[in-house]
Amino acid sequence: MEKLSFRHTTQKALPGAKAQAITGVVASGNLEVLLERALPATECTVEIETPIRGYGDVWAAVVADFVARAQPGGLRITVNDGGARPDTVSLRLLQGARLMEV
Amino acid sequence: MSERIIDPAARGWATSWYEASARARIDGFLDAGSFREIIGPEQRRMSPHLPLFDLPRAFDDGMIIGSGRLDGKPVLVAAQEGRFMGGAFGEVHGAKLVGLLRAALPLNPDAVLILFDTGGVRLQEANAGETAIAEVMRAITQVRAAGVPVIGLIGGRAGAYGGGGLIAGTCSRLVVSESGRISVSGPEVIETNKGAEEFDSRDRALVWRTMGGKHRRLTGGADAFADDTVEAFRQAALDAIARAPAFDLTTLEAEQRRLEERLARFGDCRDATEIWTRLGVNDPEAVPALSTADFDALLANLGETTHDAR
Amino acid sequence: MSGWRREREARDARIEAGRAHAAGKVVAAAAVVDLLEAILRPGDRVCLEGDNQKQADCLARGLSQCDPGRVHDLHMVQSGIVLPEHLDIFEQGIARRLDYSYSGPQGGRIARMLYGGQIELGAVHTYLELFARYFVDLTPNVALIAGVSADREGNLYTGPNTEDTPTVVEATAFKNGIVVAQVNEIVDRVPRVDIPGDRIDFVVEADKPFYVEPLFTRDPAAMTETQILMAMMAIKGIYAEYGIRRLNHGIGFGTAAIELLLPTYAERLGLKGEIATHWALNPHPTLIPAIESGWVKQVHCFGSEVGMDRYIRERSDIFFTGADGSLRSNRAFCQTAGLYACDLFIGSTLQIDLSGHSSTVTQNRVAGFGGAPNMGSDPHGRRHPSDTWMKAGREAQVTGDPALMRGRKLVVQIVETFGEGLVPAFVERLDALELAKKIGLELAPVMVYADDVTHIVTEEGIANLLLCRTADEREQAIRGVAGYTEIGRGRDRAMVEQLRQRGIVRRPEDLGIEPLDADRSLLAAKSIKDLVHWSGGLYEPPAKFRNW
Repeated sequence: MEKLSFRHTTQKALPGAKAQAITGVVASGNLEVLLERALPATECTVEIETPIRGYGDVWAAVVADFVARAQPGGLRITVNDGGARPDTVSLRLLQGARLMEV
Repeated sequence: MSERIIDPAARGWATSWYEASARARIDGFLDAGSFREIIGPEQRRMSPHLPLFDLPRAFDDGMIIGSGRLDGKPVLVAAQEGRFMGGAFGEVHGAKLVGLLRAALPLNPDAVLILFDTGGVRLQEANAGETAIAEVMRAITQVRAAGVPVIGLIGGRAGAYGGGGLIAGTCSRLVVSESGRISVSGPEVIETNKGAEEFDSRDRALVWRTMGGKHRRLTGGADAFADDTVEAFRQAALDAIARAPAFDLTTLEAEQRRLEERLARFGDCRDATEIWTRLGVNDPEAVPALSTADFDALLANLGETTHDAR
Repeated sequence: MSGWRREREARDARIEAGRAHAAGKVVAAAAVVDLLEAILRPGDRVCLEGDNQKQADCLARGLSQCDPGRVHDLHMVQSGIVLPEHLDIFEQGIARRLDYSYSGPQGGRIARMLYGGQIELGAVHTYLELFARYFVDLTPNVALIAGVSADREGNLYTGPNTEDTPTVVEATAFKNGIVVAQVNEIVDRVPRVDIPGDRIDFVVEADKPFYVEPLFTRDPAAMTETQILMAMMAIKGIYAEYGIRRLNHGIGFGTAAIELLLPTYAERLGLKGEIATHWALNPHPTLIPAIESGWVKQVHCFGSEVGMDRYIRERSDIFFTGADGSLRSNRAFCQTAGLYACDLFIGSTLQIDLSGHSSTVTQNRVAGFGGAPNMGSDPHGRRHPSDTWMKAGREAQVTGDPALMRGRKLVVQIVETFGEGLVPAFVERLDALELAKKIGLELAPVMVYADDVTHIVTEEGIANLLLCRTADEREQAIRGVAGYTEIGRGRDRAMVEQLRQRGIVRRPEDLGIEPLDADRSLLAAKSIKDLVHWSGGLYEPPAKFRNW
């Protein structure tokens, strides 16, 4: 398993008060995303465990775009990857952020 | 600006049990907002074995347990995620279910509900998985003996195979949908051991008429047949709780008789359709395509597919 | 003038030799090898019927069992290299030269045999090209074809899977060739005469029904949110925008998702009757909900699809059916319809390069072309206008006198940026070029050329290549929808933003689509069982697609 970790600063905190949410399933081509409101308002971390090695650049790009788009300030995000494609990763991250905004 | 074409709340489509994740099943099944998870994903109680095989883990190890309410009644519930490792029983996965069942003794809920979705024991942690299967069966008998019905609900992608099939056999009542399958040995296992002539695992119509929901219901292996919707499973579960048999010597003797009679009557059949014919089904070929309403009508006419045993 | 009838005389002599193994025209399955050895001559051009769907498999087995001492150096001219026997005969020396079109499942083996020099390749064609050459310079001496039933006179009922048969027989029977048909049964009277008996010389009662591959069945249960998102974009950004009524779909999940979104998503957009009414298409099971909801006016088919026969029979307002009620398909006519009468082709591919050339060839497989290049190309011989065609023509760069502008067919590639096993769909250079070099193909196997493709749809957005004015714009438009592939990450972000301002690159949000709405609940059917329900129980899916 390859472990990746990213830390970003956001312009604002993610709205909403939900403390945690989980979306997705660890299955082939899929992933699960656990989101916890556990960090200062303009910080966000994303930790990933993936069985597919060597895609660190792609993960960095997907996470950076997600952070720019969703502004998930305050979230500690943890990903268990089952070999998902980048577009699926992106979709799940956005789904997770939406769940936290409820 | 994006318009919202779909408003999930207002779209009005029934959620498919088969398609729903384990969490979505629990969410739609219990009274809204009543679920309280035990050992939730944030505790990260994951498999200690899978990393040795370089396999990804899940935060809940594919087993979600907790308490909630079903039409106001307090219940305990466990749901397997069939898409993670085929819903297979690993150490943490199994221990969570054992723990939940043991908690039922002091908590005394109206029922324990097991939402099966499993291919059996997880090969990478087979010893722990096999042990868990045995512990779960023992715990179920204790819970039932204490007067708490244990209801199994089967309609997921992975069915209830291997140890899952064994556990299902110890429940007070089983609800199954058409997509649900119940068996100990899976189709591929049978083919491998007995040959494709005996059982062609790729013939999916054969698989379903041998292990699928309709066949299990017709032969009394399952007690209720539900549409593939979360709402239908909810209703069927409520009904099953109300009609759960006592766990006493009379019930066990009745179950033994039922199984002996079934073997005597159908033991020489070569195909499920022969069994259905002997049961009095006029057009057995038509059974797989019957709608739930038509199938229920057929069951009502046969009259002998419902029993008080188990 | 006997010098002008030599072919006819030779044909008569062969038929005479074949009669020794027949009762009238009827040949027992056990006598196939004897028959073939009697009628074939070394060096013959032979069409062994088979395409991406049906197979004259009994005759293929027979041919592969012939004595290479008697039957050798055949020149095979056939649509499909699909069965193992189709290549066995080259290893055995029965056949030497090959002109074909499609080799889906045998793509790997054919590549190895071409590389090893076991096959002398003429060319890989599209279906229409090969059919055309049957009438010019690749006319078969012997055609080995498949049908459902025949009478003793040879009148042939092909059944719903008529496919290539009329074309093959036309070219063979009317040019002094011999036609052998395998049938599932000999009957006193065929349900309808698809091929008149005087064009059939021998009828073989096959040991088992001919094989048909259910190639066009896509299980809705396997459809992903990404495919649904792409389908939403295609419907709103292309079908609605251009008012596409006449069309052809490829066989991928993306296009199947479009079919399943017509009665739901497209209906809510108010597009019913405005788009997707007239089709050149196999009877896709995923089209059933759209048909049942009144979206579809008419469908002409290349072939049939396993399990769809009863449904088609009961929907003759939609499909082409014979007096007996069953489907009449015809590959040559339907390919022509797709080429000239459709305003849009949309299909998937495996690789797209920076100019927009695309190919389904991977490093070690020659899958052939089939019909996709006929559908996926702009026919320069088209002369009738339609609003769709003219709108696309106006968007394309016009050079010279605008009064001489002509329309454009829309050729759309719908691809996920990453395929199976995280293999990127966007590449610097097509594997097809490498393969062509390795096995000595004169022409690289490109499925759709860049100058034919008009739009690329991915989960990231739509690139409208018609609106690009320079090679640089085109490259950035493609990079702009290439997602997180290396090609996509190598984009000039500022330029892609400019292209977006000009509507050349359009994101879901530019189309008013929220990606998180791309949900499986939008599918009119979520399983094969749902399709059966939609069909009122008339669709009978093959066992491998059932879960009941």
